[in-house]
Amino acid sequence: MKILYFAWVRERIGKADEELDPPAGVVTVADLMRWLAGRGEEYSYAFDNPKVIRAAIDRLHVRADTAIGSAREIAFFPPMTGG
Amino acid sequence: MAVRLQHEPLDAVAEVAALTRGRTDIGAIVTFTGICRGSEDGAPITALTLEHYPDMAEAEIARHIEEAERRWALLGVTVIHRYGRIAPGEEIVLVITASSHRQDAFAAAEFLMDYLKTRAPFWKQVERAGHGSWVDAKSADDQAADRWTATGHDAAAE
Repeated sequence: MKILYFAWVRERIGKADEELDPPAGVVTVADLMRWLAGRGEEYSYAFDNPKVIRAAIDRLHVRADTAIGSAREIAFFPPMTGG
Repeated sequence: MAVRLQHEPLDAVAEVAALTRGRTDIGAIVTFTGICRGSEDGAPITALTLEHYPDMAEAEIARHIEEAERRWALLGVTVIHRYGRIAPGEEIVLVITASSHRQDAFAAAEFLMDYLKTRAPFWKQVERAGHGSWVDAKSADDQAADRWTATGHDAAAE
């Protein structure tokens, strides 16, 4: 699946997007954040406080307990500051 | 309904004209323009840079316009949100709502702005002396968005 990062999440990880294939045990968005945090220092820095990170599955806002299912695109970003 | 994301400056007068041209059913137009301030938290800034998630931003704004259309008797809506580097004094966002009576247009414009602040995937970075820092989300904006739902929960997010 394609994972996208925005704003300071993108800056901390050092890339805007990547193709990843998480293992079977990764069921929810929260699981995915934990798995990503274990991928290296830049990821653990980005996901240091997962409570503040927002997520979207296939361009819809979701909560951390949402199952990933057959998502094609998952995005992680800080609280939005548009408008 | 028209949703546009663009870097180019926006022209509120031209957008209102485009929305009302040839129509006599509209009795009220409300426009809201958000403008880049020259200072943030009391300190001057050089510019704002808005990052966004293009495909989601357009879809998310359209979903909230549809929600506004369900709640109020609207005859037209235009939302234009800029991205990229924006200098103080320039427009950031334009919301236009049209209805036959003013109450619907006022309420819908306020609703849309409250949701754009907290739900549209845009992130502001403040530039000062060539150095960038991300703007923190404000809890006052969350509270403003929450007041549109009885439970304090965003129905359009479900």
